[in-house]
Amino acid sequence: MCLGVPGQIVEVRERDGLRMATVDFGGTRREVCLAYVPEAGLGDYVVVHVGFAISVVSESEARETQALLEEIAAQELPASSKLAGS
Amino acid sequence: MKFVDEYRDAGPVHAVLAEIRKRATRPWVLMEICGGQTHALIRYGLDQLLPEEIELVHGPGCPVCVTPLEQLDKALAIAAHPEVIFTSYGDMLRVPGSGRDLFAVRAAGGDVRVVYSPLDAVRLAQQHPERQVVFFAIGFETTAPANAMSVLQAERLGLRNFSLLVSHVRVPPAIEAILAAEGNRVQGFLAAGHVCAVMGYHEYPSLVERFRVPIVVTGFEPLDLVRGVLAAVRQLEAGRAVAENAYERAVTFEGNRPAQQVIRRVFEDCDRAWRGIGMIPMSGWRLREAYAAFDAERRFDVGAIRPQESELCIAGEVLQGRRRPPDCPAFGGACTPEHPLGATMVSSEGACAAYFNYRREAVVEVGSEPR
Repeated sequence: MCLGVPGQIVEVRERDGLRMATVDFGGTRREVCLAYVPEAGLGDYVVVHVGFAISVVSESEARETQALLEEIAAQELPASSKLAGS
Repeated sequence: MKFVDEYRDAGPVHAVLAEIRKRATRPWVLMEICGGQTHALIRYGLDQLLPEEIELVHGPGCPVCVTPLEQLDKALAIAAHPEVIFTSYGDMLRVPGSGRDLFAVRAAGGDVRVVYSPLDAVRLAQQHPERQVVFFAIGFETTAPANAMSVLQAERLGLRNFSLLVSHVRVPPAIEAILAAEGNRVQGFLAAGHVCAVMGYHEYPSLVERFRVPIVVTGFEPLDLVRGVLAAVRQLEAGRAVAENAYERAVTFEGNRPAQQVIRRVFEDCDRAWRGIGMIPMSGWRLREAYAAFDAERRFDVGAIRPQESELCIAGEVLQGRRRPPDCPAFGGACTPEHPLGATMVSSEGACAAYFNYRREAVVEVGSEPR
């Protein structure tokens, strides 16, 4: 229930007075309500729970993780590979 | 997938793990609140890649697991009414009540349907004006915006055949109860990222101050999880305790204001008994009096419910981080996902199901494909 992964808004419309969207999750498409993210539009990535977008993923804030990695990159990074369970 | 793949890349995860190993000089006990995080940690074997100084205990953040048996028994009673279409998130159907589950009600002729979103239940009420559509509104703060909106939408559409059986729970009172409990071992928390996407983390500084424990808002991908652990370890090793955000791309301090407003409009705080844990004061939400017309507990007579738990199941201990799933004598034998004794074995967020699904075989090597 709390496993919301981000998906991309590919279409926006209105239904029964609610702002709705089609959101693409890596090929799987679902109808999602945008009532709680009035700022979100086409192309944005949103975190979705039980049919509602609860957060717009921030591209600029996503760089914070990169900044942390650069900070601890004193050691050489192992070659990129997949984790078990991917 | 963007915002997913780059957080599952083993290289950066190992770099952060190496940094944790460097920083951790003493044993520390951390709790991840959310069952979704428990599943990710076990699935990717991250708990076994952490240095032995770091012990992760699994928290109570599995919504179907903590839904009180009494509410589940009410659901079973309501779902058996012939005029009712009973709708629920899928996880809830196999959760054992006192004696049976929602699947058994369906097998006996009850109209029990799985919906993805509560708006699907509202649509069913529009399509079936002659039936009573009841939605089992369970969950933490993540599902509350959706559940609350279904009430407003039903009101807007003038529906008189839609109601909610509400069993909402909130995270901060649970953290407080865990920290205040005698014999608590938890020294730092990974806060549930998507609960915080809705609520922000402005409720945490007062808890941090009172109990002197770091609380780190943490996401769900492997890189997010190890980053959350690193942030907590850094604080603990430095003798600091602050509410920190390690999931900035989805969470702000204030959270989602429009969602909070709708939650507050529809729900109010109430005492709530958590399954396996007991009553936690003001830890739940119920419908406000103004929306009593949408309250299934008032619409249907569910008075004489006497819940009865399995005597074997240790789900309550597991939910409080006191024991691990394999410690249970019923684990994997008398209790499996097909025939669960407790909700923790059912849910995609339950700790017992995580161990059952990912830990019965030899641990998958990092870098190999899962089986």
